Amino acid sequence: MIYMFLPAAAFFSAFFILPMCRLFLVGGSGAIGWRAYSVIVTDSNYFNALLATFGVALATTVTTLLIGGLVGVFLQRYRFPGRSFLMAIITLPMAFPGVVIGFMVIMLAGRQGLIGQISMALGGDRLVFAYSFLGLFLGYVYFSLPRTILTIVAAAEKLDPKLEEAARSFGANTWHVVWDVIMPGLKPALISAGAICFATAIGAFGTAFTLATRINVLPMVIYTEFTLSANIAMAAALSFVLGALTWIVLALARSAAGNTVAAAA
Amino acid sequence: MSALVPQALSIRLQGCAKTFRDGTRALESLDLSISAGETLVLLGPSGCGKTTTLRLIAGLEQPDAGGKVFFDDTDVTTLGIEARKIGMVFQSYALFPNMTVAQNVGYGLRILKMPKTEQQVRIREMLAMMRIEALADRRIDQLSGGQRQRVALARALAVRPQALLLDEPLTALDARLRDALRVEINQLLRSLGITTIYVTHDQAEAMALGDRIIVMSHGRVEQIGTPREIYHQPGSAFVANFIGSMNQLRGVVTPQGFTCSAGCLNWDRSGVAERVLFRPEDVSIVTSSEFAELTGVVKASFFMGDHTRLLVDVGDEAPITVLDDARCPQAVGQKLYMRVAPLGLMSI
Amino acid sequence: MAYRKILFGMQLGLCVLVCVFLILPMGLSVIAGLTNNYFVGLDSGLTLRWVLEVWGGYHDTIFRSVWIALACVFVTLIIGVPAAYVLHRSPQRLARWLEELLVLPIAVPGLATALALIAMYGGWGNLRSSWLFILIGHVLFTLPFMVRSVLAVLGGIDLHTLEEGGASLGANFTQRFFHIVLPNCRQGILAGALMVLTLSMGEFNMTWLLHTPFTKTLPVGLADAYASLRLEVGSAYTLLFFLMIVPLLLLMQAIAQPRQKKFELVEDEVVILLSESAKS
Repeated sequence: MIYMFLPAAAFFSAFFILPMCRLFLVGGSGAIGWRAYSVIVTDSNYFNALLATFGVALATTVTTLLIGGLVGVFLQRYRFPGRSFLMAIITLPMAFPGVVIGFMVIMLAGRQGLIGQISMALGGDRLVFAYSFLGLFLGYVYFSLPRTILTIVAAAEKLDPKLEEAARSFGANTWHVVWDVIMPGLKPALISAGAICFATAIGAFGTAFTLATRINVLPMVIYTEFTLSANIAMAAALSFVLGALTWIVLALARSAAGNTVAAAA
Repeated sequence: MSALVPQALSIRLQGCAKTFRDGTRALESLDLSISAGETLVLLGPSGCGKTTTLRLIAGLEQPDAGGKVFFDDTDVTTLGIEARKIGMVFQSYALFPNMTVAQNVGYGLRILKMPKTEQQVRIREMLAMMRIEALADRRIDQLSGGQRQRVALARALAVRPQALLLDEPLTALDARLRDALRVEINQLLRSLGITTIYVTHDQAEAMALGDRIIVMSHGRVEQIGTPREIYHQPGSAFVANFIGSMNQLRGVVTPQGFTCSAGCLNWDRSGVAERVLFRPEDVSIVTSSEFAELTGVVKASFFMGDHTRLLVDVGDEAPITVLDDARCPQAVGQKLYMRVAPLGLMSI
Repeated sequence: MAYRKILFGMQLGLCVLVCVFLILPMGLSVIAGLTNNYFVGLDSGLTLRWVLEVWGGYHDTIFRSVWIALACVFVTLIIGVPAAYVLHRSPQRLARWLEELLVLPIAVPGLATALALIAMYGGWGNLRSSWLFILIGHVLFTLPFMVRSVLAVLGGIDLHTLEEGGASLGANFTQRFFHIVLPNCRQGILAGALMVLTLSMGEFNMTWLLHTPFTKTLPVGLADAYASLRLEVGSAYTLLFFLMIVPLLLLMQAIAQPRQKKFELVEDEVVILLSESAKS
């Protein structure tokens, strides 16, 4: 039976594990050797890019969780005409690649974007912020909202309505119910959705490629090192660190969410 | 109908023990032979090793080193289930959800590469035997529990197996259906004359179906015997308490008989006995103390429909159970005089 | 009660706002792709000019993307479904560990994976300039989705007993796999295949580094168009992308509808998987 796993194992070893090892070695083979792996914190240029990346990622995560949580719980609890239509709209952007998301932001906040036209029509300046941190943030939120909302809807469906009824039978008001019953129940979903959101915003290249032509976020720094500076070792080291960071965020969140689940059971 | 079974098979287990990978000892070394055409019931509480025994016979598990399984005189220990030519009915039926009833019944024939037309004939024959012709094209999830049970039996028998193995086939059904199917399976097995091994934890099922019953506990055989032997001559305290209900009194053998706190029983067997056992149906209630062997006080009374079940305090550690009239039973708190049929007395 | 109504209204308002935020740029992009001059506005008239221009210049990227996506589905089926089956039957701890490993290409940014592939195999014969190089990247990225989609369905049926049932009727391992295992997880295979198809068609992060001028895919072409061509062309190109991807998504939603209880599982899993596809 085990031989049925061999094709997948062989493919995975040959095209992921080996190349990743190789990437690690390449990272240490540049002009500055293994120091390439520490440069991300010692070189202010890289470090600032790292901080900027984390900043945008954090803002994205908080915003997405807040909006996604509210909308997700709302969509799960109420059945009203047009609900399935709204759900369909939310599902649509799920498979859009980052570049397309970037373009969506350009349509909204680019030089010919809707927001600029409206601000002009209102007599102000043409508002263009697609290519700033705000635009990138908007893109990441656009990217993460549908996934977060659907994750929350799925998690809210698993909440036991009896718990809430029990809480109400003790006279708990809406805020108590939200805080004591719904929030703990959604915690694993919120943690994992938040982690995915954060990891996406750290590593997403497509959106940054379309929008971040003038701002330094980590994926763009790596890309620039690779193509413009042809500093392959540095690009390798940085992307290895980026990969490790993302993986750690996801792994931490998974164990945190898992523990909460275990504690609740 | 017996033509359905080519020739009944005898099965022999020799030194079969089973230890699972996690170290659990599921079955102590077991020797067992099952004669051709016999219906053998493996009976015991869950975790007693009965299902493991069945799976060893089926070839779904391998015995620990040294154990051997023989079909007639052939050693089949190393053969997998697919080569043992047996029919098996699983507790959850294991019907294939991706196939219709007819396809399920015909699956074994398809594996045998039987010609299509012959398959059709056989499938129809099996469906008719189980009286489920009308269900032939149904999907499995459209069937009731009882119907699934019939399909599972039809599927297992369609390949004309050398032996039929049933693993708690009625457990998943409700009580009424279980009784009806038990009768039906009994008739079917008698008419087929096929060697059958039947695993159950339900003693009524075991009594009704088995030519012989093996009572198991903690991976060991407690007793092998006919249903009557098991019931009337339990070989161990476990068997005595597991099958039916059993009363127990402590006391000593005196020249008068077996003397206990509630009186003296008519006991003429030689040897020492510290406790005697007897079944509720062997206790009769008498009207005066003159004829009484035992005296007690009614502690509780349960109306069972066709009789009343009394729990009677006789000064021993546990009350004894006595059967009483359904319509006008003794009142709780009343003093009760009883006799026990001498043939019903046992000591272990 | 009035308080409840206000609360409901506010939540509904937020929900509609989110939907507007999501759908509005899509609508704008569709309009821009069909407008003569977007700067002037709809008054400049509607046209298929831009769509035709994109089709003329870039239809090869569309065909290539479809081809790679289909090949990707094929490969993930061949190696992913058996792998899922083995994982399902393996001891829990080992399976967990292997699954964790298999999911790494989703957790690690595509940029890193692509660089690793280039570092390792960039100099190997013609592989670098072949579409197979892109296929390798896509299979890495999509394989976990196929595996987990199938695993989700396998977890919902008592496959072990079904297989024992098959074996008791004489079926050998191969027969059981094709007669019993595969048909009973077709729901997961179908969901997985659609997901792989969709993800492969939209994959950009890896592909941007893996592609060569002769192996441009649809998202690569899109990025090109966004960067260098006028807005109407980019929009028309995006419109073509929508036309390809939206039907797939709707189909995916349709099969994930919980018609019966056993499909609910698939639906949840689809949501979870898609939310983890956050790297494309």
